[in-house]
Amino acid sequence: MRRTLLWLEPYFYAAPSVILIGAIMFVPLVIGLSYAFHDITLLDPLSGDYVGLQHFRELYADASFWNALRNTVIWTVSCVVLQFGLGLMLALLLNRPFVGRRAIQLCVFLPWAVPSFLSGLNWAWLFNPVVGPLPYWLSALGVMKTPDNLLSDPDHALWGPIIANVWWGIPFFAITLLAALQSIPKDLYEAATMDGANAWQQFRRITLPLLAPTIAITVMLRTVWIANFPDLIVVMTRGGPADSTQILASYIFTQAFQRLDFGYASAVAAVLLLLLLLYALALLALRHALAKRG
Amino acid sequence: MKHCLKVRLYWILHYALLALFVVFALFPLYWLVKVSITPNDLLYSEGVRLWPSHTTFAHYVSVLRHTAFPLFFRNSVIVAGATSVTSTLIATAAGYCFSRFSFTGKFLIVGVLMVTQMFPLVMIVAPIFRLLSPLGLTNSLTGLVIVYTAFNVPFATFLMQSFFDAVPRDLEEAAMIDGASRFRAFRSIIVPLTLPGLAATLGFVFTAAWSELLFALMLNSSSDASTFPVGLLAFVSKFSVDFGQMMAAGVLALLPVCAFFLLIQRHLVQGLTAGAVKG
Repeated sequence: MRRTLLWLEPYFYAAPSVILIGAIMFVPLVIGLSYAFHDITLLDPLSGDYVGLQHFRELYADASFWNALRNTVIWTVSCVVLQFGLGLMLALLLNRPFVGRRAIQLCVFLPWAVPSFLSGLNWAWLFNPVVGPLPYWLSALGVMKTPDNLLSDPDHALWGPIIANVWWGIPFFAITLLAALQSIPKDLYEAATMDGANAWQQFRRITLPLLAPTIAITVMLRTVWIANFPDLIVVMTRGGPADSTQILASYIFTQAFQRLDFGYASAVAAVLLLLLLLYALALLALRHALAKRG
Repeated sequence: MKHCLKVRLYWILHYALLALFVVFALFPLYWLVKVSITPNDLLYSEGVRLWPSHTTFAHYVSVLRHTAFPLFFRNSVIVAGATSVTSTLIATAAGYCFSRFSFTGKFLIVGVLMVTQMFPLVMIVAPIFRLLSPLGLTNSLTGLVIVYTAFNVPFATFLMQSFFDAVPRDLEEAAMIDGASRFRAFRSIIVPLTLPGLAATLGFVFTAAWSELLFALMLNSSSDASTFPVGLLAFVSKFSVDFGQMMAAGVLALLPVCAFFLLIQRHLVQGLTAGAVKG
C-alpha cells in the first residue's frame, strides 16, 4: 500500500496541470478539428450537419483566404527579420558594462510588459493624424505625400501592425540573446585579442557560432508564435481596409467572432495548423541534412 | 593617441545607438501619457507639440467617474489575480514534480506541455466558447480564470521547475531522513527558499492574464463581465473622438503591469526562456 502510494506520488503533483490542459486545450483542439467538417454557425439551430470537405472546397475558391495566406507570409517574415535584427543589435550593445546600463536596460525592455492590445491601440493612435505625430513627421520627411493615416491606405496598412509588433517584440529577442551572449566565456575573446583578431573577426568566429543554437531555436519558435498572433491586427485594423491587413490568424478570429461561422473558421485553422506543422518538419529535415553534411 | 580617439568614437556611437533604442521604446508610451493630460481645447491646435502648454487631469477624472472603466478594472484585477494565484499553485506542484521525480510518462507529459506553447490558440476560440457556454461559464469571470489558468500553467511550470532545480536536493532529503514527509519537507524547506521565484511566476502570469484580449472578447460579451482590454476596445470603437479619455484609460491599464514589470525584471531572462514562445 505504502509502496503504491510512493509510486503514485509524482502523478499527484502533475495531475492538476495535466487534467486542466487536457480539458481546456486538447479537447477543444480535437473538437475544433471536427468542426472543420461540420456546418456550425452559432445561433443557427439548423446548422450542425456533417458537410465533409465542403469548407475546404470553399476555402480553395476564397480569394480572401489566399490573400490572408500571402499576408501571413509578409507579416511573419518582416516581423521576425526586424525583431531579430534589432534585438541582436540591442543585445550586443548591452553586452558590455557601461555607465547607466541598468537604467537603459529597464527602459528598452519596458515595451515587453505593455499589454499587446494597448501597444496596438497606442500605435494606431500614433498613426492617426488627429492625435498622432507620425503622419506629420512622415510627410515632412517626404515618406508620405500628405499626412494621412497609414492604417487606412490599403497598399501599406500592414506596416502599421508590423511596426507595432517590432516595437513590442524587440525586448524578447534582446533578452534571450543577451542571456546567451553573457554565457560565452570571456577568455575566448581575450585569447583572440592576443592573437590579433579584430572586433569583426571575433564576432564572426566566436560570437556568431556560439550564439547559433539560441538564434536557431528562438527564431523558429518566434516565427510560429508571430504567425499565430492576431491581436495587433484585430485591434489596429480588424483586417481592413478591404482585407489588406488580414492574416490567417485574424481571418480565423473574424470568421468566428463576427460571422459566428465556427465551421469555416475551424477549416481555416486546420489549414494554418497543417502549414505550421509542415514548416516545423521542413526545419527539422533541414537540420538533419545539415548535421549529416557537417 | 589615435587609439584613444577610436575608443572615444566607439563609445559615442554606442551611446547614440542606445539612445535611439530608448527613444523608440519610450516614445509611444510618452505620447500616450502626454495626450492623456492634454486639455481637449489644445488637443487639435497643439497636435504635434511635444508638451502641451498646460495640462489637466480632467480626462482621468471623467474616466473614473463617468465610464464603466472602474468596473472593467475591477474585473481585470479579479481575473488576473485569481489566474496568477491558481496557475502558480498548479505550476508549483508540477514544476516540483518535474524537478525532483523521474517516473514513467514524464517525457510524454513534458512534451505535451511544450506542444501547448506552440499551437495557435486562435484555433480553439470557437470550441472553447461552445464548451463553456452550456456550463454557464461564458460572460463569467470564473470561465476566464479557468481558461487563462490552462494557458499559463505550462510556461509557469517550466519557470517554477527552473527555480526548484536551483535548490539542492540534500536539503529536503536531510529533512526526510529526520522523519518529515515529502510534502512537509517541500512546504517548510523548499517553498520558503523559492519565494522570489514564486513571486516572479505570479508576476509573469498576472501580466499575461492582464493582457489577454481575444478570449475575453469572444467569451464575455456582456459589459458586466468585460475585462479592461475588452472595455477599452469597445470604448474606442464607440467614442472614437474622445482621445483624451481613451488614452487616460490606456495609462490606467498600463499601471498594474508596470508595477509587476519592476517586480519581475530581474527574472526576465529565466521567464522568457521558460516560456520560450510566450510574449
